[in-house]
Amino acid sequence: MTTSSTPDHNGLLRFTTAGSVDDGKSTLIGRLLYDSKSIFEDQLEAVESASSQKGIDGTDLSLLTDGLRAEREQGITIDVAYRYFATPKRKFIIADTPGHIQYTRNMVTGASTADLAIILIDARHGLLEQTHRHSFIASLLGLRHVVVCVNKMDLVGYSEDRFNEIVQAYKNFSSRLDITDIKFIPISALHGDNVVDRSDNTPWYGGGTLLHHLETVHVGADRNLQDCRFPVQYVIRPQTDAHRDFRGYAGRIASGVFKPGDKVVALPSGLESTVDQILVGDTSLDKAFPPLSVTMTLTDDIDLSRGDMLVRANNQPESTQSLDARICWLSEAPLNPATRYVLRHTTRDVQAKITEVVYRIDINTLHRIEDDLKVGVNDMARVRIKTASPLLIDGYRDNRSTGSFILVDPSTHLTVAAGVVG
Amino acid sequence: MSDSSYNLDHLTELEAESIYVLREVAAQFDRPAILFSGGKDSIVVTHLAAKAFAPGRIPMPLVHIDTGHNFPETLEFRDNLVERLGARLIVGSVQETIDSGKVKEETGANASRNRLQTTTLIDAIEAHQFDACIGGARRDEEKARAKERFFSHRDDFSQWDPKNQRPELWNLFNGMHAPGEHFRVFPLNNWTELDVWNYILRENIALPSLYFAHDRVCIRRAGQILAHSDFLTLRPEETPETMHVRFRTLGDLTITGAFESDADTLEKIIDEVAATRITERGGRMDDKRSESAMEDRKKEGYF
Ligand SMILES: Nc1nc2c(ncn2[C@@H]2O[C@H](COP(=O)(O)OP(=O)(O)O)[C@@H](O)[C@H]2O)c(=O)[nH]1
Ligand SMILES: [Mg+2]
Repeated sequence: MTTSSTPDHNGLLRFTTAGSVDDGKSTLIGRLLYDSKSIFEDQLEAVESASSQKGIDGTDLSLLTDGLRAEREQGITIDVAYRYFATPKRKFIIADTPGHIQYTRNMVTGASTADLAIILIDARHGLLEQTHRHSFIASLLGLRHVVVCVNKMDLVGYSEDRFNEIVQAYKNFSSRLDITDIKFIPISALHGDNVVDRSDNTPWYGGGTLLHHLETVHVGADRNLQDCRFPVQYVIRPQTDAHRDFRGYAGRIASGVFKPGDKVVALPSGLESTVDQILVGDTSLDKAFPPLSVTMTLTDDIDLSRGDMLVRANNQPESTQSLDARICWLSEAPLNPATRYVLRHTTRDVQAKITEVVYRIDINTLHRIEDDLKVGVNDMARVRIKTASPLLIDGYRDNRSTGSFILVDPSTHLTVAAGVVG
Repeated sequence: MSDSSYNLDHLTELEAESIYVLREVAAQFDRPAILFSGGKDSIVVTHLAAKAFAPGRIPMPLVHIDTGHNFPETLEFRDNLVERLGARLIVGSVQETIDSGKVKEETGANASRNRLQTTTLIDAIEAHQFDACIGGARRDEEKARAKERFFSHRDDFSQWDPKNQRPELWNLFNGMHAPGEHFRVFPLNNWTELDVWNYILRENIALPSLYFAHDRVCIRRAGQILAHSDFLTLRPEETPETMHVRFRTLGDLTITGAFESDADTLEKIIDEVAATRITERGGRMDDKRSESAMEDRKKEGYF
């Protein structure tokens, strides 16, 4: 690593790479790792020897992330690979996601925790169905920052016209999406143009390099510090001699800022109390905010357990048994309106039925499909859901934690859908 | 609000994530366990668990799969830690697995008990009916591990099916499973080796002395330095000599490479790790057996 032991002042950035098969995602990540000197000698040797075994001239940097045997054999990415690198400015977690349509669920996995998505487009081919699908998923999952890298510029003679054409096509498409910050960068992942170092081959491009953008993009404002939500994850009652009466509520702050002395309301009971202490281990904090994991004690003994939520009296989530949501279907088994799914929302599980499929979404045109409402694997749809007991929800736009859920099929235990409220 | 007092340094963010994962295990499973190898990563997991459930005790036992080829320092350290935390310890013995005739000891100069551990581990999981085993593995260690979920499903035969993993959305972990199946859980997934060392320094976590530079009788084999011990079969050309070394990972005595170093404090170790150009597992013979050595062992149920 080129970095000292305390690499960050811009903290942590989680990003995902998306795009169609062969657009160059794995090569780009290899390039970022290589040029930021985050690849170790033995890894490079292993990749070089694997490259020459496959009869490739030079080093195939995609072999750095395609770590499964089946992936190397087929030359494709099947599942998300996570990679880590740091520069003196920031620490990065990359989710390298697959481009094939049948592995969309793995792409969704990688994107759900990301702050930013890099969408690659092959300059020769322009926008493909997967470009649309992945951009739509990024928008659905509330990623506010997208960097469109027009890749393989070396294969179109670094043509400014071609770059502009693709930028225009993407802008036309994305105007109907919900992404606030989109950047366009002409690159060659293979040769390194505009990835870490500015390229002499694109004198017409006035913007910064990809790495510069990743190091400086501001994502702190994406966190919700307004609406106090603390889903109780686990109750700590030591029942040891030293801590006979201790009762702490462990969990991760979903949003907002909590302080000792704050008046809080426990939901769904509606009982009121006051925050006494906020602890991490045996250290008391004077305030707690996302994404900290803490243990709170209250001044009163109230009934509170996993799945309940602490909030402020004047700012409460909606309590409801019917949800309007958008879902991405992840399972080979199609949506079945007769099945009682388990819906997991924050730390709460409830039974749920999908009472209505309002429409499916045509990924290419973003049009609604209202005549064929069968929802199968990789479909996106707007649905109505009824739950057996109330959920405490916020819109996903305002709150990624309290606005998201998954559906689990109780007979297979598989996660069959990802959903966002609103 | 973009007040800088709400910015967290990345170690605090990683700690929060790991504590969340550990609590989720305690909440979702009936019989979880922490797989404790004695190495720095499992020591950090144990430290995080102590923090996650404070002031209570860690609500799951530590399980140590003992190859019988441990450094004595590892065992002493383990016993002290367990006592200090008031934790429960369960030991699975590879020697007993061998004695029962279930597996055959490898022979020859390359012999190692590394692979045999898997059988002992699976036996322990079955005997104690563990439904979640928490490990200290990190995604940055190795390319098959880079694919791991936080909650990683294992079938009735403890096998991993990497081509068909469950989706894992946001931090909504799905630990539902049929009887006999279990999960491997990896709270340190997003940590790098350097993060672990910086955290050990920040939290002042005690480590076995083996991690710090010391004098030790070693031999050189296939470009590696191995600690000399009764478990090692010397080859004719090998002569033990005293070297100033430390270990970067702690595993079975017979395969864990040492390297020459003067780093005898955490600060010096961090400088050394930050400057090094070889991965941590680069010093392990078990990974060098083939390109897919780790993937193959993981599919069978290895850590
Ligand atoms: N000429 C050229 N080839 C590239 C570039 N980026 C990637 N490639 C090649 O395109 C192919 C697919 O790349 P890969 O990274 O595996 O794509 P992925 O499927 O998106 O991960 C490989 O043969 C790469 O060498 C580039 O910028 N220029
Ligand atoms: Mg790829």
